[in-house]
Amino acid sequence: MSTLRVKGVTVRFGEVTAVDDVTLTVEPGVTGLIGPNGAGKTTLFDVISGLRRPSAGQVSLDEEDITSKGPHQRSRMGVARTFQRLEVFGSLTVWENVVVALESRRRPARLAGELLERVGIAKFADDQADTVPTGAARLLELARALATDPVLLLLDEPSSGLDRAETEEFGELLRQLSAEGRSVVLVEHNMDLVMGYCDHVHVLNLGRLLVSGTPDVVRAHEGVREAYLG
Amino acid sequence: MTALLAYTIFGLVTGGAYAVVAGGLVLTYSTSKVFNVGHGAIGMVMAFLYWELAENRGLPQWLALLLVVGVGAPLFGLVVERFIMRRLTGAPVGITLVAGVGVLVGLIGVAQVIWPPQARPVRPFLDQLGVHVGQSFVSGHDLVTLACAVLVAGGLYVLLNRTRTGLAMRACVDAPELASLYGTRPTKLSALSWAIGSALAALGGILLTPVVQLDYVTMTLLVITAYTAALVGRLRSLPWTFAGALGLGLVQSYAVAYLPSSPFWISFRAAIPALLLFVVLLVMPQSPLRIGGVRGSRGVATPSAVTTGVAAALFGAVVVVLALLVDPVVAAQLALGLVFGIVMLSMVLLTGYGGVVSLGQFTFVGVGAVTVARLGSSSPLALIAGAGVAAVVGALIALTALRVSGLYLALATLGFAQLMDKLVLQSPIAFGVRGSLQVPRLVESPAAQLLLAAGTFVLVGIGVLAIRRGRLGRRMIAVKDSSAACATLGLNVRWIRVWVFSLSAAIAGLAGGLFAQLRETVAASDFQLFNNLPLLLFAVIAGVTSVSGALLGGVLLMLLPVLQSGFPAFAGVAVVLLGVAAAGLSRDPNGLVSWGFRAWSWRRA
Repeated sequence: MSTLRVKGVTVRFGEVTAVDDVTLTVEPGVTGLIGPNGAGKTTLFDVISGLRRPSAGQVSLDEEDITSKGPHQRSRMGVARTFQRLEVFGSLTVWENVVVALESRRRPARLAGELLERVGIAKFADDQADTVPTGAARLLELARALATDPVLLLLDEPSSGLDRAETEEFGELLRQLSAEGRSVVLVEHNMDLVMGYCDHVHVLNLGRLLVSGTPDVVRAHEGVREAYLG
Repeated sequence: MTALLAYTIFGLVTGGAYAVVAGGLVLTYSTSKVFNVGHGAIGMVMAFLYWELAENRGLPQWLALLLVVGVGAPLFGLVVERFIMRRLTGAPVGITLVAGVGVLVGLIGVAQVIWPPQARPVRPFLDQLGVHVGQSFVSGHDLVTLACAVLVAGGLYVLLNRTRTGLAMRACVDAPELASLYGTRPTKLSALSWAIGSALAALGGILLTPVVQLDYVTMTLLVITAYTAALVGRLRSLPWTFAGALGLGLVQSYAVAYLPSSPFWISFRAAIPALLLFVVLLVMPQSPLRIGGVRGSRGVATPSAVTTGVAAALFGAVVVVLALLVDPVVAAQLALGLVFGIVMLSMVLLTGYGGVVSLGQFTFVGVGAVTVARLGSSSPLALIAGAGVAAVVGALIALTALRVSGLYLALATLGFAQLMDKLVLQSPIAFGVRGSLQVPRLVESPAAQLLLAAGTFVLVGIGVLAIRRGRLGRRMIAVKDSSAACATLGLNVRWIRVWVFSLSAAIAGLAGGLFAQLRETVAASDFQLFNNLPLLLFAVIAGVTSVSGALLGGVLLMLLPVLQSGFPAFAGVAVVLLGVAAAGLSRDPNGLVSWGFRAWSWRRA
């Protein structure tokens, strides 16, 4: 059971402020992080996973300040993520992709089969990873992240490329992951998935935190309707 | 005080010429995103062309200069852009680098064919003119150089910042598709920048000729200094590039003036550009891990342990038969080819699997050879010590260049190679004052040498394949495809790179030891800086992703000088062909052997 705290995080790219003084808390369960394109969601993921240093602010996991830690150190503390623009290891097979992650955590390679089965892409195991369909590649990134046995899982648009039935299965998987005691953060454009499976939702707009609350609170918020839901 | 003034002026003049060359480099890079390693070679060929017109054909200097800088060089730039570089737009850094090295080596061949070696003095510009500043004399040529530097700086500034074309050039780099929607033609702009870039390389080359003399390799590699200046400007900023070039010129000039003139310090002076290249890379802001987009490359299939075993046994049998049948001279040549094959195996690991292009791999061969020669022992332990020392040196270079990746890392390997060349391999430290060392042999007869080389090749090949099938191999490839994802999976990307560098250097060092024993006498001339480049090209042409490719590459590298001495008329042409083949084949790192693999799988299907 892990709690992530983001305190006053700001990210500037030259003149542009991509994330502006964002403070939020992620409790165990499934948390949605939504907002229109360019709201700063992926940038915030980069900051939390350690791929980008914030211009200001602090990130802590279970009260430990991790702002100055590198991405691999954070991974060893239990932070894992997937990427909006795919980052699979294209020259390796799907199975090898997961094995790399397992070995990095000194877990046995035989778990790879189970993980691929779990996310539903076992049939692609022997294919080279840059040849599988986008939806399957996203699930591969999820399997790879799960291979590190994370306490905090950051998923960046995991359902794009999935059909309706696959999306529902994916929602069930989210519930299971949360039941296992992992904190899951979901950046997602599929509102049914967000409203149906998240316990808590944060809304970003133009780099700022607009509102936080349960799906019902967020759905009723005037600003959210204007900024995002239309 | 007057000495200081004189050396300052001299430094500014050299720096001015560097600035002209570096300005062209930055212009082509910033508009086409291709770092032209062959930039210096273009300058070299154009300086020869200038000699041909001004000195050999007796044209007035100004007319020759105008013809070369205004017509010859831009046309040549257009040809290179149209037929080589345009096809590489958006290609990974490794591929553009190899194509650039292909151009470089090819141009050296061209120059050798057209202008066979002989002394070619070039008159300086305005040699009757000159002014006295205080007590120091500034020659007419110096004034011309300074004026050219100022004109080029101003011209480039106006072009990029004050003209529509310049604006469009800058826009094209960021988003060529978008810029084309607004009516600009990215290919035209890229062609223009290559034309101007080549003209500047030519101008810089011609201005430097009275200082450095016309020589194929020296002039080509002189651009390492320009690389350093361009890196000061981070390959984008022209003002910083010019400042860097002038700074370099001054540092070199003051080093001549104020450093002691013992042999060590003389080699140290020559190593200053490479040292500064390292310093610039060290203080550069850390390159962030690149995020976005699947990268994968289709390597040749990794053979299973059984297939590997069968292939090794077959290969062993063939070598034994050859060792029994062929005459000693041929056996020694074959052994040399296999030793080069082992060097190629080190590149399979580093470049084929790890995706790091090394422009300094032959340096580790030199380190291994020197270690074995210095130990003076014929024990197998000496060979292992050679590998060990090379491994330590490899780890050091990786640690020094931890912060950079991609193009900058490749340039760091080149800087390292130059540093080792000037400070160690070409100085008395390595081969003593006589410049050569005797090496005791582990085995004597050429046939035994062949068997030893083959045995080592088989063992290292099996090892490389085992690495590929195992944990380290998966990690190396994962790092190559996505460092960002590796980091978020808990892998320390930088340590993996240190391991890979070190292991690869160890293999090259082992090959160096074998090379030394095979030759019995090794000399500084065996390990010239330039040797690194054909090595890389043959590795890529033959196939840098497989053990079979390494074998073929090694044999080809061994055959090159054999062909050249057998057919002297063909010597330069062979180098041209090598460059052209590499530039053409650089798109497919699986190389020639992959055609064989494809034919084989097609036959079985």
